[in-house]
Amino acid sequence: MPVDIDIAHVARLARLELTPEEMETYRSQLGVILEHAARVQALEGEPEVGSVHGLGIEGVFRDDEVAASLDRDEVLAAAPESRDGFFVVPPALEQ
Amino acid sequence: MSIPDTIAAASRALREGSLTAADLLDGVLERAQMTEAQLHAYLNIDHDGARVAAEAADADLAAGNDRGPLHGIPIALKDNLCTRGMETTCASQILAGWIPPYDATVVSRLREAGAVIVGKTNLDEFAMGSSTENSAYGPSFNPWDITRVPGGSSGGSAAAVAAGSALGALGSDTGGSIRQPAALTGTVGVKPTYGTVSRYGLIAFASSLDQIGPITRTVEDAALLLEAIWGHDPKDSTSYAGEYPQVRRSLDAGVDGLRIGVVKELSGEGYELAVEQAVAAMVEGLARQGAEIVEVSLPSFEIALSAYYLIAPAEASSNLARFDGVRYGLRVDGETTEEMMARTRGQGFGPEVTRRILLGTYALSAGYYDAFYGQAQRVRAAIRADLARVYAQVDALVSPTSPTVAFPAGARLDDPLAMYLSDICTIPSNLAGDPAMSVPIGLDQLGLPIGMQVMAPSLGEEVMFRVAAEVERLAGFDARPEIPVVAG
Repeated sequence: MPVDIDIAHVARLARLELTPEEMETYRSQLGVILEHAARVQALEGEPEVGSVHGLGIEGVFRDDEVAASLDRDEVLAAAPESRDGFFVVPPALEQ
Repeated sequence: MSIPDTIAAASRALREGSLTAADLLDGVLERAQMTEAQLHAYLNIDHDGARVAAEAADADLAAGNDRGPLHGIPIALKDNLCTRGMETTCASQILAGWIPPYDATVVSRLREAGAVIVGKTNLDEFAMGSSTENSAYGPSFNPWDITRVPGGSSGGSAAAVAAGSALGALGSDTGGSIRQPAALTGTVGVKPTYGTVSRYGLIAFASSLDQIGPITRTVEDAALLLEAIWGHDPKDSTSYAGEYPQVRRSLDAGVDGLRIGVVKELSGEGYELAVEQAVAAMVEGLARQGAEIVEVSLPSFEIALSAYYLIAPAEASSNLARFDGVRYGLRVDGETTEEMMARTRGQGFGPEVTRRILLGTYALSAGYYDAFYGQAQRVRAAIRADLARVYAQVDALVSPTSPTVAFPAGARLDDPLAMYLSDICTIPSNLAGDPAMSVPIGLDQLGLPIGMQVMAPSLGEEVMFRVAAEVERLAGFDARPEIPVVAG
């Protein structure tokens, strides 16, 4: 089953800026990989999909108690840009 | 200086007083000095931090405060494990220079156990690859033949242990990334049961598959390292809180009376003759030791690789959304937040990571979700059902770890699918959440190591280590690589 991919759309969804050459390379490589991946359709029957955790552990919460967290200044020190305790980003909304 | 090359022997020597933790550190650093130019196993060696830790370990031991078998032992960490105050890059440009504000749980546990962290080892970027060639900082090479790959993605950890520039190392295994490099470098590599080793502080690739585990010279060393890092951790919501297997206790039990299955689907086309012959000879050896050998068939294994290359990229595309130029790592400026993010990610991720993010995004996108991702989850369920049926008949399974020995550098770099096929034997255990390990069983005609994989049901580490220890005894594998020394 040949797989045709709208690579520009997928790259936009993934927030990846790619050159036209890169897009063409990935489009053709993904076609080959997805053709192999499509073999999952050969599975016979419809097994029930349960927990993805092999030991079935799900829905775990810790006690609702205040605990120490990471130091704010230390965390912000790793950011490309920060000010007054906040991360700084370029404009996210149009004026 | 010359030091013992196993954790167990070094641990004994420390207590006999014949050497110190500082001597052990000198020994591995000397090996690194002699081999790093050829192997590039490490991204970063923490000379100062390791020295302080080794001296503290010696002082502690002298004061009678013995922290157990890892006390004073030099250990290397794959560079996708967060280390407080020590750069952690995932071998990616997007995290260049990032200093984590916390230690991964496994790192805290190693420190508490008195281990000496030597440094951070090379990997395929974000652990995506099977050759350690996808590192943004250059590839690692195989100590047995420096024109070949060490496997991946934990290739730096495996190469360091094989070369003696660490006595043990931690890797992470999402589809075989501990076991396959262990097989290709003649070391022991363990992927424990999903949920037994905390993933807190492991930079996530595919969260439902990732597990941290040891790479060591011997099965006993792997047991020592595993017992130091596993156990319940409230910081990982998938962490197992029940009773843990006692792996060290089972090492001398032998295989008499065990039923061992040989997986029919993990042989044949694509498998090198030397690999198949070595595995077959070892199976005969196990039979002579009293194991009952049963050929078993798990038809779903035929499509496990296809399911994996949908599930793992799907999870990766979600996990790697956090690398967006806002909180850490690289930022490439743009007029808007979205433009900044797309440029940062476009320039910060290497080709394999980009490929997998695109693949995962596609597999999860509207119109394709059920045919790809949904169906892959059904295959995962079928693999579990197949394994449950087989484990009603046998105690453990064996197969080659990798269909081939170490391949030449560059050989599979331009063919992603050929690279993915390197993991065909190891992927089913990740999809099932079961433990599996690789043990060296010999060398091929070119002198390259061959590994045998031992698999067991979830929490079946006791039987897995029992079989692995017998395989190790039968193989008598004590060869060590001769690494050409480069002057200078």
